[in-house]
Amino acid sequence: MSGAHSTDDGTDSGDRHTAGAYDVRNVIAGLIGLYGVVLVVMGLAGSSEQDMVKTGGVNANLWSGIVMVVVALAFVLWTRLRPVVVDPGAAVDGSEAAEGAAEDRGPAHES
Amino acid sequence: MVLAADDTLRLDASFIDYALVVAYFAVVMLIGFAARRRVSDSLDFFLSGRSLPAWVTGLAFISANLGAVEIIGMSANGAQYGMPTMHYFWIGAVPAMLFLGVVMMPFYYGSKVRSVPEFMRRRFGTGAHLVNALSFALAQVLIAGINLFLLATIVEALLGWALWISLIVAAVVVLSYITLGGLSAAIYNEVLQFFVIVAALLPLTLIGLNRVGGVGGLIDRVQASPGGEGEQLSSWPATELSGFENPVWSTIGIVFGLGFVLSFGYWTTNFVEVQRAMATKSMSAARSTPVIGSFPKMFVPFIVVVPGMIAAVLVPEITALKAGEESSLTYNEAILALIRDVLPNGLLGVAIAGLLAAFMAGMAANISAFNTVFSYDLWQQYVKKDRPDDYYLRVGRWATVGATVVAIGTALIAAGYSNLMNYLQTLFGLFNAPLFATFILGMFWKRMTPTAGWAGLVSGTGAALAVFVMNETGVITLPGQGAAFVAAGAAFVVDIAVSVVVSQVTAPKPVAELAGLVYSETPKEVRTDPEAHRLPWWQSPTKLAGISLVMVIVLNVIFR
Repeated sequence: MSGAHSTDDGTDSGDRHTAGAYDVRNVIAGLIGLYGVVLVVMGLAGSSEQDMVKTGGVNANLWSGIVMVVVALAFVLWTRLRPVVVDPGAAVDGSEAAEGAAEDRGPAHES
Repeated sequence: MVLAADDTLRLDASFIDYALVVAYFAVVMLIGFAARRRVSDSLDFFLSGRSLPAWVTGLAFISANLGAVEIIGMSANGAQYGMPTMHYFWIGAVPAMLFLGVVMMPFYYGSKVRSVPEFMRRRFGTGAHLVNALSFALAQVLIAGINLFLLATIVEALLGWALWISLIVAAVVVLSYITLGGLSAAIYNEVLQFFVIVAALLPLTLIGLNRVGGVGGLIDRVQASPGGEGEQLSSWPATELSGFENPVWSTIGIVFGLGFVLSFGYWTTNFVEVQRAMATKSMSAARSTPVIGSFPKMFVPFIVVVPGMIAAVLVPEITALKAGEESSLTYNEAILALIRDVLPNGLLGVAIAGLLAAFMAGMAANISAFNTVFSYDLWQQYVKKDRPDDYYLRVGRWATVGATVVAIGTALIAAGYSNLMNYLQTLFGLFNAPLFATFILGMFWKRMTPTAGWAGLVSGTGAALAVFVMNETGVITLPGQGAAFVAAGAAFVVDIAVSVVVSQVTAPKPVAELAGLVYSETPKEVRTDPEAHRLPWWQSPTKLAGISLVMVIVLNVIFR
């Protein structure tokens, strides 16, 4: 569904704006990216002999870290290219279905 | 390296590992805190669920299910039975998810039925509602016990504490997670959690495969292992999994018991799951939610079941267990033992973060579902009516604490099972199968009466219980998960039969009261999305479901 909002980046008219830092994709990118960087550093710092026995001779931290960094960058890129636009005006008259779902979760919010 | 006594599993975590775990929970707590403070309307947008993209709700949909059960239970099953475990995904999940998206979701979304107990009350009145609310509350506390037990297993493996101390610590941690608002951003966290789990399990699988000499090496070693000449490597007919000796009956048991009653019962009546789909903007997006979820779902077993199989040939304790020798570990610990033997520090931290996150969120969801049903469906409905809202919120808080304490007790029940899937499937047979029967009959048959509603539920649960007791006492013997499949089938058949018979002799509700509750009485406009024909194929739920179905059939054929 994000596709439906794709072209409205940066419109500052009224309440419409992009989700920014709270876009869930940015949070995913942040955490996975952090993990990736830490693992790459650990991998470059060198694996102990014991680790090499565990992994069967692969520098697992390094390779996993690289993949995680790439995935994180892909998420950042996706967010940049297809930002989610927040439109509170549209949200207020949202469908009853959404309200019902929110009600169902209601007690969980407070507990 | 300090090792604890030989009989316990220890993960040798370093400072960095703990730091990675802390980083995850810091992010979750921050989101929870920000959500409660409503610091940003962007965040509100993501949490209020007014217009979430379908890929977000789709991932949350399977992530809500990718908890302890899935990771520990399915890897335990993979270690014990091998490839037949794939049925839980390809037969026991994907078809039901597609059915939910294509057939049921228009009805849910359009008819404003939001939860199963609510449906029961409006369709059948208080009798069925009370039975359903009670059995639901009980089921949630029992399943919360499984999650808590598994959480405690990790605490035990990390810190080396005794199980009962670990249980209490884990319970306190979950309580603070709920209180600090981790749950108020549930959908948000679930999406995040999905990626952390994949980041943990994918390297585990690949490194594990590397250790056993690739896919070919795994096949050779499984064949050489005890029971390997049997059917560890082919998914059908799964006689060891179901416990039926006859392959035909085994296939029927799996298709009807697991594939139809258990899985349709689980996926179509589980309102924790259905709520995820309700958080979307349009009917089409709601229908797409389970359909999109089915794509990752069909590949999840490759990073869950396969590590279990690797553990069975690589971890000495599990190999010994499989050979029928004394072992200090159970199948439930297969994946933890593999993590211990295969992941270096660093990746170990990612794995621990992913597992803790999954179990904690799973238990938090159980407790919160219990809390909702207890305070609103039971307390408000039957004990103290018409009190102000904050009264029920207080009740809810005490229910949360109470449920957590009770879960410590039910965790000890779970601790008694060496393969938790056997236990869990039994619970599903008891609670979900009759519910599904009553639900689906009440939805499509307007003649079904209120009395039939509760009578069917009670007799269906009774039938499942009878099968369970007969299997426990040795009247029938089905060693694998067959007893659960039979119990589920019996519950379904008895429930339908009793409901039909009782409906013949009792008075139905007036047809006018059934609008939105029975399929034939719900206007077509309510059930369809007027915008549907304008969507491209990749947003059309039915076309996506078709692709998903073809893919899952291909997977079944490849790995038969």
